[in-house]
Amino acid sequence: MPASSDTALLIEHLDVRFGKDEDAVHAVRDVSLAVRCGESFGLVGESGSGKSTVLRAIAGLARDWTGRIAVEGEDLGARRTARFYETVQMVFQDPYGSLHPRHTVDGTLGEPGRIHGLANVDARVLELLRDVGLGPEFRFRFPHQLSGGQRQRVAIARALMLEPKLLLLDEPTSALDVSVQAEILNLLQRLKREHGLTYILVSHDLSVIAHMCDRLAVMNAGRVVEELTVDQLRRSEPSHPYTRQLLKASLGYDRAAVDALETFD
Amino acid sequence: MSGPLLEVDGLSVRFPTRTGIVEAVRNISFSVGREKVGIVGESGSGKTMTGRAVLGLIRPPGVVQARRMMFDGVDLMSLSERQLRSIRGNRIAMVMQDPKFSLNPVMTVGRQIAEAYRVHTAASSSEAKRRTIEMLEAVRIRDPERVYGAYPHEVSGGMGQRIMIAMMLIPDPDLLIADEPTSALDVTVQMQVLAIVDDLVSRRGMGLMFISHDLNLVASFCDRVVIMYAGQIVETCRASELHAASHPYTRGLLASLPRVDRPTERLSTLVRDEAWKTEPGVDARIL
Repeated sequence: MPASSDTALLIEHLDVRFGKDEDAVHAVRDVSLAVRCGESFGLVGESGSGKSTVLRAIAGLARDWTGRIAVEGEDLGARRTARFYETVQMVFQDPYGSLHPRHTVDGTLGEPGRIHGLANVDARVLELLRDVGLGPEFRFRFPHQLSGGQRQRVAIARALMLEPKLLLLDEPTSALDVSVQAEILNLLQRLKREHGLTYILVSHDLSVIAHMCDRLAVMNAGRVVEELTVDQLRRSEPSHPYTRQLLKASLGYDRAAVDALETFD
Repeated sequence: MSGPLLEVDGLSVRFPTRTGIVEAVRNISFSVGREKVGIVGESGSGKTMTGRAVLGLIRPPGVVQARRMMFDGVDLMSLSERQLRSIRGNRIAMVMQDPKFSLNPVMTVGRQIAEAYRVHTAASSSEAKRRTIEMLEAVRIRDPERVYGAYPHEVSGGMGQRIMIAMMLIPDPDLLIADEPTSALDVTVQMQVLAIVDDLVSRRGMGLMFISHDLNLVASFCDRVVIMYAGQIVETCRASELHAASHPYTRGLLASLPRVDRPTERLSTLVRDEAWKTEPGVDARIL
């Protein structure tokens, strides 16, 4: 895949390993992807498929990777620079675990701004709170005073502090109730429009991916088994049997379909 | 047998806190026959507390009240803790959400299941082992001899949940309370675990109380659905008719789900009406 000027993210032959020698786990195997600017790209798969590890390798959280990762045409090395984090930010799955319990919302949101030497941190905090649908009254609250949905709004606001272009979303709504999930997904859609963001969304839930994304890659056992558009998915046209099985299982319980399940390794 | 397996009449669960009494479950009535009844609601709706109250698992300072809680002709409310123990685990079993926290980490899988069997029967240890291996086979564990001697950390999440189900089913209970039994599992594993429970319900004539937050799953898996909001039952219907539900809360929940087969630009969000909390609940008993 050639890196053109509108490619937000390019991954070529990415391999990620954890551990050494015979204990090594080969979590991601030869993954190649290209995501255009302004696109929403989904990564779907079951636990252990390597989908979150791909995100963590991009963000610099999984260090033992080989291959090529380029953000806006610039190749990434072993270390991430401050400029990288001004372009790429991440939102994690668990809003209970990803916010510091003893930092107020103000401290959490202000921290990236202060680290990167932003001049107008105070004003930005208020602007971001408004942006994610929380009023200024939330500014000095602690995480334990917030609901799960409110915490995830704070985590999204923190990711937007540095005005990034690419957001890595790792199961951003799977810890939330469905009614709260709808609110957060709507919020993410609006922010994408208003800020011209590019999303890479990791989820085990095909319906969330179908709602949010334009294209998706299906992962199993560390590999991308299929890349397809959401339209193809909706028309039930996936070509790989693993994708077909995942699609069928996500449509609800069907006793007859269970006996036909296969194991893919 | 006449009447349903379980009939709950006017159940309430309260917890006193510093800021006043929290009413987790408010005067609900429902029944479970030899069928699959889904109890659906969001977090905090009281669905888990309902399951725990049936088994007498609410500890002080929590207070459980009910006019009656009839299980196979016996009022569970009138039983002593000792009498309740002969029913709990033996005739009513419960599967919790996460096998990681429900299995003893320093005891082999086989010994835990065998123990569950020997507590309720006078079986010898060799008989208990034989039954345990049989049960592991029944929940489709491929190599039961190996799993018998394995520790919980050596098995996957899906296998852990199958082990829990084997443990709960070995005394051959009449009623199984499953509290989000598959929420931590991948969809395909989830389907396999549900199929095992489904087959047991139809083969042994067991009753199932299936507690879940997943409307789509309950609609496709259960026979009947009870929808809870703020500790009350706001609606009940046949699972196959859930899509035609009439209560605004149920409709709101259904509409907020993204669907692969029905694309929308924007998901509708739930607008909660304070009146839902004060309107009288629905009686979900079928007698």
